[in-house]
Amino acid sequence: MNQGKRPAVGTALVLGATGDIGRAVARRLGHDGWELQLAARDPQRLEAEAKDLRLRGASVSIHECDVLREDGSVSLVDALPTLPDVAVCTVGALGDQSDGEKDWRAAERVMRTNYLGPALLMGALANRFGERGHGVLVGISSIAGERGRRSNYIYGSAKSGFTAFLSGLRSRLHRSGVCVVTVIPGYVRTRMTDHLALPAMLTAEPEDVADAIAVAIRKRRNVVYVGRLWRDVALVIRAIPESIFKRIPL
Amino acid sequence: MRTTRLSGWGRYPIRECRLATLRREEELAEWAATSTMIARGNGRSYGDAALNPELTLSMLAMNRLLAFDGARGVVSCEAGVQLADLLQLYVPQGWFPPVVPGTAEVTVGGMIAADVHGKNHHRDGSFGRYVESLRLATGDGDILTCSRDQNANLFRATLGGMGLTGIVLSASFRMCRIESEYVRTETLGTPDLDATMKTLEASDDWRYSVAWIDGSAKGEDLGRGLVSRGDFATADEALPQRAAPRSRDHARPQLAIPGLLSVALNPASVRMFDSLYGRVGRLRKGMQLLHYTSFFFPLDRVRGWNRLYGRRGFVQYQCVLPVSQSSQALRAILERVATSGHMAYLGVLKLFGEQGEGLLSFPMPGYTLALDFPVRPGTLELLDSLDEITTAHGGRVYLAKDARCRPDHVREGYPDLPVFKDVRQRSTNAKCEFSSAMSRRLGL
Repeated sequence: MNQGKRPAVGTALVLGATGDIGRAVARRLGHDGWELQLAARDPQRLEAEAKDLRLRGASVSIHECDVLREDGSVSLVDALPTLPDVAVCTVGALGDQSDGEKDWRAAERVMRTNYLGPALLMGALANRFGERGHGVLVGISSIAGERGRRSNYIYGSAKSGFTAFLSGLRSRLHRSGVCVVTVIPGYVRTRMTDHLALPAMLTAEPEDVADAIAVAIRKRRNVVYVGRLWRDVALVIRAIPESIFKRIPL
Repeated sequence: MRTTRLSGWGRYPIRECRLATLRREEELAEWAATSTMIARGNGRSYGDAALNPELTLSMLAMNRLLAFDGARGVVSCEAGVQLADLLQLYVPQGWFPPVVPGTAEVTVGGMIAADVHGKNHHRDGSFGRYVESLRLATGDGDILTCSRDQNANLFRATLGGMGLTGIVLSASFRMCRIESEYVRTETLGTPDLDATMKTLEASDDWRYSVAWIDGSAKGEDLGRGLVSRGDFATADEALPQRAAPRSRDHARPQLAIPGLLSVALNPASVRMFDSLYGRVGRLRKGMQLLHYTSFFFPLDRVRGWNRLYGRRGFVQYQCVLPVSQSSQALRAILERVATSGHMAYLGVLKLFGEQGEGLLSFPMPGYTLALDFPVRPGTLELLDSLDEITTAHGGRVYLAKDARCRPDHVREGYPDLPVFKDVRQRSTNAKCEFSSAMSRRLGL
């Protein structure tokens, strides 16, 4: 019986590796034979995930990284033992819209977590990938970034910024051999959405996002919606005239 | 946490439950103030065992492996790890779980809570026998290690304890060696109940054995079926299969039942399914090599097969009867079903070995029969009458399948229930009680 490990296909960095989507991505890429670099805030939790992935046959290193810290992205990229071939950023947090409206600190935190932190990280990695001349950068944005809605425009605006950043990065790097993938999930059942009643038909599991990412890396996609229906939803949302959109209680 | 409609695999009953997900042990503190809750695995128990309107705690994200002893085949993992996941990882390394139920889509915690049995019960007992230790979060906020040496009473109560002693956080259990991924099987047609039972009894040399019963057969044909038995193939025996394309990963079902197709099964379509199955069975008679997924988990290929029974869901009646009473009681049950006008399309008969270790373990030496019924007017009354037969013959129903039994039958069927209650009460002092819609219904 086959007892040997698969030959490594390359090194993949998973940012936000202790979150639900990050865990699913790490497990999927580990299963596919990638050597894993896991990054997240809490080293103890990282160690638990690393142990699990090693038992599943992956080789794993862990790296502490807090995207809320000013030098978070630079220090992480400098600390990596080898520059990965693929980097997947799953960092993000929904926050609470009404808190954000009342308290600028809450709003700032959402903006930092979903835009500043991830964008600066991707930017720092992009420079290194560009110098080297190959690599795949995957950023998880959100359907919420397609248009500002009254119920979550603080989160949505940050995701919108991230989507725009990735789009610009992709264009800048497209001749350098570096591929930038924007993943746009709709509803995903994670800790972030635990408290929400989501329509079952439209809700993906973290594993679905991980599968979509694995395919996107292999096929060097540009923009990937998780669940085909969401691409149509995005089209419709973008097409509604603002004079009408502002009246829709979304 | 959110409020959502939950059910077991039978989709009956459905309850509005507050549902939360546990991701790390440390998060248990968030629920410290909750007065009652139940842990839930992958929702493969059939009835109301994993439903608690106040708080149902999903363990699916507690799915990390913790350790593996490659010399002894002992795996330690969190309770939400699914059997399919373990199979995918360890079968290629030559290890197989000692006991597997009819689906790989169950969690380790669920297998412990139901002390599940498999086709090898007559030889190897139930899953609990292979559990070396487990970590249990109790109602007073402690996390206890339980084994045969440590907190032994709690250990025995937890095996088969339907999650009522606390939350199983993680467990260590032994696996066994296999030489190939294939099962050498043989299928024999049996014309009536006597023949089916005799064939099962004569299958003691086979590690795995089970019979499929034609639920619609009457009179002389009553209890006719197909006895399937098997053993893992040795490396040499499996050689011819090596070259053949490998069976697909069972985690990816090949056939899905879309929601729109979930029309209620009517007697005509049930009969069609039955005769089709019979034809398949005839074709497959004789020896053959099957991939283990086809042998152990044939229904996992059809994702969401539980939807076939329509909106009202279905109930599975599974009972066990002592050896001496089996023939008489099985005949009475099958006759009752055959004359009731209710269709039982999936009939499974299996000879059990020893009594399980758990205080509420289901298996006892004797025959177990499982029948699926779509929920229709009169179904529950029919099952009540089957309970009478089961209890009168000293048998009992399987809690993991139950959605409708009465407390008196369970009291009679499970003589250790008072001991179980005693252990359970001592382990849950005041702060939080682990209970479910089932435990309240049955007074467990």
